[in-house]
Amino acid sequence: MTIGDVFGKAKAEGRAVLVGCMPAGFPTVDASIASMRAMAESGCDVIEVELPYSDPVMDGPVIQKASDIALAAGVRTRDTLRIIEAVAGTGAAVVLMTYWNPIEKYGVDAFARDLAAAGATGMITPDLIPDEAGEWIAAADRYRIDRTFLVSPSSTDERIAMTVGQCRGFVYATALMGVTGARTSVSQAAPDLVARVRAVDPDMPVGVGLGVGNGAQAAEVAAFADGVIVGSALIRCVLDANDPAEGERRLRALSAELAEGVRGRP
Amino acid sequence: MSAPAMPDLAGHFGRFGGRFVPEALVRALDELDAAYRAAKVDPEFQARFADLLVNYAGTPSLLYRAERLSAAVGAEILLKREDLNHTGAHKVRNVLGQALLAKKMGKPRVIAETGAGQHGVASATAAALLDLECVVYMGAVDTERQALNVARMRMLGATVVPVTNGSRTLKDALNEALRDWVASVDTTHYLLGTAAGPHPFPEIVRDFVGGIGTEAREQCLTGLGRLPDAVAACVGGGSNAIGIFHAFVPDETVRLYGFEAGGDGVATGRHAASITGGSTGVLHGARTFVLQDDDGQTLESHSISAGLDYPGVGPEHAWLHDTGRAAYEPVTDAEAMAAFQLLCRTEGIIPAIESAHALAGAARIVPALTAELGRAPTILVNLSGRGDKDVHTAGAYFGILDDVETIVPGENA
Repeated sequence: MTIGDVFGKAKAEGRAVLVGCMPAGFPTVDASIASMRAMAESGCDVIEVELPYSDPVMDGPVIQKASDIALAAGVRTRDTLRIIEAVAGTGAAVVLMTYWNPIEKYGVDAFARDLAAAGATGMITPDLIPDEAGEWIAAADRYRIDRTFLVSPSSTDERIAMTVGQCRGFVYATALMGVTGARTSVSQAAPDLVARVRAVDPDMPVGVGLGVGNGAQAAEVAAFADGVIVGSALIRCVLDANDPAEGERRLRALSAELAEGVRGRP
Repeated sequence: MSAPAMPDLAGHFGRFGGRFVPEALVRALDELDAAYRAAKVDPEFQARFADLLVNYAGTPSLLYRAERLSAAVGAEILLKREDLNHTGAHKVRNVLGQALLAKKMGKPRVIAETGAGQHGVASATAAALLDLECVVYMGAVDTERQALNVARMRMLGATVVPVTNGSRTLKDALNEALRDWVASVDTTHYLLGTAAGPHPFPEIVRDFVGGIGTEAREQCLTGLGRLPDAVAACVGGGSNAIGIFHAFVPDETVRLYGFEAGGDGVATGRHAASITGGSTGVLHGARTFVLQDDDGQTLESHSISAGLDYPGVGPEHAWLHDTGRAAYEPVTDAEAMAAFQLLCRTEGIIPAIESAHALAGAARIVPALTAELGRAPTILVNLSGRGDKDVHTAGAYFGILDDVETIVPGENA
């Protein structure tokens, strides 16, 4: 299923899409596959696989820590592709979130080819803006991978128009000025940002990320956005658990709570 | 040959540079770019900057003909004495320029990253002078190693935040400063410490430290009646090197040499030589040369010199390397420390270990240059900083420290 299909289906059902993020290889390759499958089974419509990177400047402490654990355990780029293949194989819609340098090192065209072959339908690039993305845009077109760039409350209208014009599938709206991580309340800047994106392109689905950690917040965001993106709160289920079974139980419970939330049932 | 129009409007030096940053930072970078363009042609800004450089920082720094060192290495060595500037290094030029820009942009807070603490101390100094709030991010490994610099920053009124994630060194301090900036751009200027990072930082920092080269070029013409045969500088992020190179880039007869930190030797993998031992990649906002593994994960760098211990390099150096206009070579810890000792003993000057890399490199190129020119060459070396901060490292390296721990005042109180 493409990202467009997922958003289309959710729209027909009168609800928002739930995107759940998990770093590849955290805490091990197999455990991350199990976590992602559990998330998909428990209500995440899209699994956002984050490629662990040594210098994740857009990420707060939870994702940093999970990425460090994955890297210390030896996860490689090719493992991330293998994980994507294993998760996409269950029928879940999978997108990759990755900082740019690992892709450049792999080879942009080769990576797009292998990502498509692994079954991912899209890629989110937190530190690649369209201004620098010529090679990626061409490769994504070639292998029909949806490319998601970020827009921010600080983006000018001109940049929102330019960025949305380069997105396929959905655009990632960062709800607040800051890094990833659950917050106690949803940013007031988010509804305005979503409205600004819609003013440019009413048909482009908008996913809102940064700061959402529970069902009530998911419901709040679902009221004005097409997608709710949750990362740190889900990762914390695994990070804070005493054993893998507890981690999976908490992951399923939170995924289910968030899935209720995006259906307006906090 | 006119001065090259680099970078282009989007901050590219050939295939290097640019902006690889979260969208959230783009507006702040655009604002900084606009403020800098305006400041460049604002007589009031330029007059204030020039006044601070002269009356506060103590520039122009001397150009000193090092007779005994010259005799020892068989060349005429000219030292650009940036070590005599206020705060003891070339970095004061950059922080004064950027702190003035922060004021001009109406931003009451500056943040900075620091490795050994030199840029942190310089930033805290400029912030105190210009009444700005200052927060310095420093790897937890470094706050422990450089407790005196932490104290200096605090004396100057700055807040020092130890960074405990990643490798807990300079690159992680830089990541943390970027994370702060993403959340605080409305009120905060990121006072980046070297000629690296996303556009327009490499250009701004180059221009603020560019006085090193314009002064030295003028001093050569006035004092010698000619230009040097070569210019030598150490390269970590590369601000002192680009500062002294830039004015000489159009002078085709002047060879430019950048000496990177070779650590234990590039072949050992324990080094910080991004150009000679790294590969093209993207780190901290720009495309440049990076120390990285096969997956593009950043590798830890190693150098006896904390100021050169960084796994990337400014994009303009990557471009000068690509075009062949400047040559980059590694200098090992051992070579640098031998040059450190030589300068101490021949000239009575204790250099920063960073600058000792430039001295060692300069001595190395003498035979080839002599053969090429048919005479002893004249080499301009950027003595980018003083060695007070390195006394403990050098003392330990040379095994000349007595057991001083027991006589620290107050220790047993």
